[in-house]
Amino acid sequence: MSSNTTNERTTGESTSETEGLSDDTIIETDISVGPDSSRTTGRPNTIVSADSLDVYYGDDRALSDVTIEIPEHRVTAMIGPSGCGKSTFLRSINRMNDRIPSAHVDGALSFRGKNVYDEDVDPVALRRKIGQVFQSPNPFPKSIYDNVAYGLRVQGKADDVDLDDAVERALRGAALWDEVKDQLDESGLDLSGGQQQRLCIARAIATDPEVILMDEPTSALDPVAASKIEDLIDELVEKYTVIIVTHNMQQAARISDKTAVFLTGGELVEFDDTARIFENPDDDRVEDYITGKFG
Amino acid sequence: MSTEPQSGPGISGDDSLEAAHERNRRIRRLLFGCAAVTVVTTVAIFLVLFDNAASYFFGARISEMLFAGEAVERTVSFVEFFTGTRWAPAHATPAHGVLPIVWGTLAITIGAGLVSIPIGTATALYLSEYASTGTRNKLKPILEVLAGIPTIVYGYFAISFVTPILVDGIATDILNPIGSGLDSISHLAPVLLEPVSAWMLGASVGRYSMLAGIVVVGTMTIPMVSSISEDAMQAVPDDLRNGAYALGATKYQVSTRIVLPAAVSGIFASYILALSRAIGETMAVTLAAGFNPTLTVNPFDEIMTMTAYLVSMARGTSAVGTVEYQSLFAVGLLLFLLTLTMNLLNDRLKQRFQEEYR
Amino acid sequence: MSTKRESNFLADVDLTREKLVNRLFYGTLVVASVFGLVMLVLLIADVLWEATQALSTFDIDIGNFLTGTSSSRAEQAGFGASILASLWLMALTAVLAFFIAVGCAVYLVEYAPENRTTRLIEANLANLAGVPSIVYGLLVLALIVNDAGLGSVILAGAIALALLIVPIIIVATIESIRAVPSSVRDGSYAMGATKWQTIRRVVLPQAMPGILTGTILALARAIGETAPLIMVGTMLHATRYPSGPLSSFSAMPTQIYNWTYQADRMFNGLAALGIVVLLLFLVAMYALAGYLRNRYETDDGSISNV
Repeated sequence: MSSNTTNERTTGESTSETEGLSDDTIIETDISVGPDSSRTTGRPNTIVSADSLDVYYGDDRALSDVTIEIPEHRVTAMIGPSGCGKSTFLRSINRMNDRIPSAHVDGALSFRGKNVYDEDVDPVALRRKIGQVFQSPNPFPKSIYDNVAYGLRVQGKADDVDLDDAVERALRGAALWDEVKDQLDESGLDLSGGQQQRLCIARAIATDPEVILMDEPTSALDPVAASKIEDLIDELVEKYTVIIVTHNMQQAARISDKTAVFLTGGELVEFDDTARIFENPDDDRVEDYITGKFG
Repeated sequence: MSTEPQSGPGISGDDSLEAAHERNRRIRRLLFGCAAVTVVTTVAIFLVLFDNAASYFFGARISEMLFAGEAVERTVSFVEFFTGTRWAPAHATPAHGVLPIVWGTLAITIGAGLVSIPIGTATALYLSEYASTGTRNKLKPILEVLAGIPTIVYGYFAISFVTPILVDGIATDILNPIGSGLDSISHLAPVLLEPVSAWMLGASVGRYSMLAGIVVVGTMTIPMVSSISEDAMQAVPDDLRNGAYALGATKYQVSTRIVLPAAVSGIFASYILALSRAIGETMAVTLAAGFNPTLTVNPFDEIMTMTAYLVSMARGTSAVGTVEYQSLFAVGLLLFLLTLTMNLLNDRLKQRFQEEYR
Repeated sequence: MSTKRESNFLADVDLTREKLVNRLFYGTLVVASVFGLVMLVLLIADVLWEATQALSTFDIDIGNFLTGTSSSRAEQAGFGASILASLWLMALTAVLAFFIAVGCAVYLVEYAPENRTTRLIEANLANLAGVPSIVYGLLVLALIVNDAGLGSVILAGAIALALLIVPIIIVATIESIRAVPSSVRDGSYAMGATKWQTIRRVVLPQAMPGILTGTILALARAIGETAPLIMVGTMLHATRYPSGPLSSFSAMPTQIYNWTYQADRMFNGLAALGIVVLLLFLVAMYALAGYLRNRYETDDGSISNV
């Protein structure tokens, strides 16, 4: 890593400030650079890294020669215009791309130093370490309780833990407990969109993964619901590594520590501290994109 | 150019337009008539079956009683019909207990369900969750051929292959040897083993058997279960599968815990359809299971279904007024009501499934 | 790069059991899927084998078989009269069923108001499709053959088969009519066409390939139907050529039933040959339907490409 500066994250403060929903305040807080209390304890480890990664769908190249090192316990944002490959990159981390028959990967993508595309890696095992939250909320047509317990059950951990306790912890972790504690037996589909998305986050953290991938998690939500998810991401990063794809640059600026900018053609153009990307990017194309000249 | 507003063609219509509208109305009535034919068919089935079935129980058709003043007499009592265990309406010493042929139909239906439901559901899961698109696009229509083959061909298949080779093979090459093996150790637990070994030793098949009927009807209903269940599984949003896979679920877990529960009402609808088809199935079951109305649970015995009875008693115009002719409609009515119930149930389930996924 | 945990992250995930379950499950599914396939192959192989056996064992004259009438003496029995009877049946069934079915479908899609009558018609259709074929035979036996005094003639059989396939054609026609884009209808209306003109000149021609495909598939179902014909009381032995709609007859499936039912091995062999002929008719009908459907789909594609 070139820079050893990590931007300021005043977790407690920003949570209370976002309640006011003032975009300006939030951006200001997040982009200001300086020493931080919670996330400056030494240089972070790399948890996910790509080395000359290419991804193809059939003959179409969706990602081209991507090399990146994503730090642990940080929020890393992937931004860029539609079709730039940012979601493809996300899906290749937990090998959800395997579900697309025409998808094909070259190069290396490593999780904790191990190439996840090695022969001996089972994608099922990989996904038990890396959770994912999808663009539109996709709770199972089951009760709220069963939704959260699902991961523990399929991973065979349901017998080892106090399930009720685990479900409560996950729902608290997703800031949903107070809203649903009296209706755990009701269908997850009866919740509002924002609640459904937080249910999906609870579902993902219930199994205690190391990384949580989020693919435009707020794009289907209204601004109030979106801001609750953003607050949540801020808390999640204390325990997990969050990698988030977003089409919303303000969101990336508000919530991320590091930002990767993909441009058309599946090329990773720039990856750096978020503050630097938004204040003083090296690449002209990034500057054009950030300032809205194209994309 | 006319200056009078009333005359000449205008947007308010003229005679030729009026004629066109009149023609439209006539055509609409004609088309409604076509649609009404379908409702009249159902009503006719009801009335005709009831009307003729009455002559079996009361000696005269309802229409004859109403319009020709025929006397009502009791020829067959409902009690005998629904509780009697011997069915021989045309015999010299007649018996009118419908239970043996109702049981025949039930035995074939349950047995065929035991074949087609697990196999069809498994096939649907394979097609929907495991098979590649290419395999699925080939296998699904090939299996649907099973439902398109005329049932008389299955009847022939039963007589020429299923009974003499498959069922006979099960009896003589599998059950008989096991039976003799059990016989030699039956002293160990005589109460339990003796009847089993005796049954196995005695297993043999004649020209017809319940088991042959089950095999052919089960086979021909597989594609109803597999195709319709697969459609229901395909309708489960991929979002749900992705959500589960992202949590580290295996394909088995996604199939059984996400796809099956989400598609359950569509899957049940396919079961009902297959069972309903098995109830009404005629030619294959007639040539496979036979013409002997018996209350038996031995799959190697010859039995008779309601439909086989209808086929065996069909005499066209010559039999009008005889008790066999009248009994056709009593049995036919029962069959119709049975399948009607299944169809209504199927409708309910289909609607429920459509509500779940728009 | 800073401190990197070198340990394999898989170490603490034990998937042995789950992989086993997964593999067993997959194996079960494959075996089940193959079962239907095996039965289909066995059925076809059985019929073909019995038919070739019959040809070689009994010295059957194919020409006589395809043109002759059936006989109580197996050596002289032919299938020709049954084939002819089936062709008569199909022609009459098609005429009887087609117009009623298309009329009903047009009414339901284009005219029917949203009311209880319409819902009743629609619900009734679903139920009619599930009525066992033998029940249609009983209906025609009582109402047409005996009460109306028509007798067990080809027309009676055709009425039973037509009632059976009307719901099938209606469903196919409704789908084809609904597939006609509303922009096409709007175009016709904008030219000042009346509703019926629009339907007859624009909607039906465009839906016709789909309607014909559905009708052929329905006839393919009808040509193999045996039970309703038996209930109507047709002859089981086609000992004469049918002379017209009011002639008595035995169609292909009833003749096959008769030959299958006999104890004489040669009759059984004739049944196998008859089944081969019946299946060839089916293959031809499916091929025709498939050809129509393909052409229709290509046309459809070119429209959407414009």
